[in-house]
Amino acid sequence: MAFNEPPVPPPARPSSLARQRVRAAYLFVAPMLVLLAAVDGYPLLRTIFFSFTDAHLGALEAYRFVGLANFRALVQDPVWWQAVWNTVIFAAVSVSLEMVLGVAVALVLNAHMRGRGMLRAAVLIPWAIPTVVSAKMWGWMYNDLYGVINHVLTAAGLIGHPLAWTADPHLALGAVIAVDVWKTTPFVALLALAALQMLPTEIYEAARVDGIHPAKVFFRVTLPLISPALVVAAVFRLLDALRVFDLIYVLTSNSRSTMSMSVYARQQLVDFRDVGYGSAAATLVFAVVAVTTVVFITLSRIRLED
Amino acid sequence: MGYLRSAVCSVVCLAGTLSSCTAGAVNVSISCGAVGVELQLCKSGARAWARKTGNTVRVVSTPNSSTDRLALYQQLLSAGSDSIDVFQIDVIWPSILQNDFIDLKPYVTQSRLDAQFSELVKNDTVNGRLVALPWYIDAGLLYYRKDLLEKYRQPVPDTWKALTETARDIQDKERAAGHRNMWGYVWQGRAYEGLTCDALEWVASYGGGTIVNDAGRITIDNPRAVQALKRAAGWVGTITPTGVLNYAEEQSRGVFQSGHAVFMRNWPYAWPLVNGPRSPVKGKVGVTQLPRGGAHGKHVATLGGWQLAVSKYSKVKKQAVDLVRYLTSEREQKRRALKGGYNPTYRALYQDPDLLKASPVYAKLYHSFVNAIARPSRVTGRQYNRVSSDFWNAVHFTLAGQGSARDNLKSLAGRLDRLSRPGWRR
Repeated sequence: MAFNEPPVPPPARPSSLARQRVRAAYLFVAPMLVLLAAVDGYPLLRTIFFSFTDAHLGALEAYRFVGLANFRALVQDPVWWQAVWNTVIFAAVSVSLEMVLGVAVALVLNAHMRGRGMLRAAVLIPWAIPTVVSAKMWGWMYNDLYGVINHVLTAAGLIGHPLAWTADPHLALGAVIAVDVWKTTPFVALLALAALQMLPTEIYEAARVDGIHPAKVFFRVTLPLISPALVVAAVFRLLDALRVFDLIYVLTSNSRSTMSMSVYARQQLVDFRDVGYGSAAATLVFAVVAVTTVVFITLSRIRLED
Repeated sequence: MGYLRSAVCSVVCLAGTLSSCTAGAVNVSISCGAVGVELQLCKSGARAWARKTGNTVRVVSTPNSSTDRLALYQQLLSAGSDSIDVFQIDVIWPSILQNDFIDLKPYVTQSRLDAQFSELVKNDTVNGRLVALPWYIDAGLLYYRKDLLEKYRQPVPDTWKALTETARDIQDKERAAGHRNMWGYVWQGRAYEGLTCDALEWVASYGGGTIVNDAGRITIDNPRAVQALKRAAGWVGTITPTGVLNYAEEQSRGVFQSGHAVFMRNWPYAWPLVNGPRSPVKGKVGVTQLPRGGAHGKHVATLGGWQLAVSKYSKVKKQAVDLVRYLTSEREQKRRALKGGYNPTYRALYQDPDLLKASPVYAKLYHSFVNAIARPSRVTGRQYNRVSSDFWNAVHFTLAGQGSARDNLKSLAGRLDRLSRPGWRR
């Protein structure tokens, strides 16, 4: 990131060649910008627009402006705050675990050993399975009466009686987080592995010659060098985790003990057909995700530049 | 031949006025459910009508999940689309979709309506308009293991208290005999519409009302409802696996059909399945009304079922109405009952010798259908889904041990009160 860039040249009048290149660049980017505006910008603006109305799914065109009433009702709804809280816990715990496990897996995969190629392919499998399929699969594995997880844990003597993983409100969020960690650790591992393979070998040889402890090498050399890649991975994961929908909806439906912000917004929009209120919730989801991303990137940039 | 006719018709339609089209043979589109044999039955029925009248019918299959189906319907109807003329709708939708369907009252005789279950006809009449005609009926039933009740010399329970004791007794004895996974009673406890159906049965059977009464007043915060929910919460973890809090119909059938439960609450659809050729409990199952809430309680089942309605935007309303009349007729409903086990909405058919011969269970079903109560979808109008969701959440919390029945119902009443303050938008 920032420190990899060449030093900024002193400001000078751009040459005609430079101006030409900038124009060409805009020309190449233009189709992309138009496409983004059409498929991302327009729906987003329309959602924000609807959040100030009382539009109803049965009659979308017959709406009145209600100002901030939807947002006022939203912040007074304890169910919304529970959804926010669930999402924050989900995002914080799952992303932290994925970062730690992802780096650990990447370190293992980076070691020179037999069958490394096979292992790398195998690790990617959870990431390759569509979320709905893996959620259904885990739903069966978590089943309280037939599920393999209860079977194994009971056989190992770890639990006395079968647990209702997705039904018990004390366990459900943990169960959802576990599936997410299982599914997306490979993604983090992949990015970390790519960064590890870019590292110059000379530093490690120097460290070995100086007889420095491997743990110290990891924390003082490896981690700082791969941290730009890890920040990218964390931002991606955080964005994904804050708007999580499919995994939670398939595993535990509209249950309030695991409901995320997106599940809440969908329920208002589709089940209750309240487009105005649901759009307000969706707009807040967007705002939360946007603000978190900006804050996270800014913080990590400051730290990296230090 | 049929295609030719409809092609000619389209040409006439394009060239001339609308009336010249509706006068001749036309093409009518109908949306049918596609669960199991449903689509096949719908097609054969519609085809028979087409042969009789010389029109053609296009059968459109729709998503299995009723939530998705409603979303699709709303998309089509809010766009004023005429691509579907006849809609198959769930029992809780007439008030949600009332403005998109025509009034069928002028097209059917009063005696025809009187011959059907009154709760259904009442349910399909919104603001004085008959927006749909009943096609088949559903209601919650109690399935029980005949063999186990006989083995332990227990009668079929008549009250929830008796059910609780019997279930506990048989479950414990079966477990002691080595059947470690045996449970007493399975039902639908997931946080979804199905839980509203189950919980409404508990509450109403204790005389605790139907959440919102016919006048639109919120009645759920009462001691009888509290008593009913307390009883149900006591089942979880004792005679019912805790996992029931995430069970829908099929999960509970899974437990019951594989022989791991003494009792099950489910819809009639499960009857042919638990008696199917490969079912482990085939021939060992009985079915009866759901228990009463106590000595003063009554047998209650939540009303379900599907109706046929004619779109306001249809260009062939006359023929569409005729198709609906044909498909919902007593004769066609009897055919569907014999072929696919879909329960007729005409009371007299439950004494029909052919039907009783094919499935003696119809005599038992009758009592559940007569005692069926509707969810408060008519009075709460388009707010119904919100009311139902708040209700099932309050129940789900109580079942999961988060808060007492009394507190949860009190806060539910508060929520519903705020919701209804501007008046139910019907």
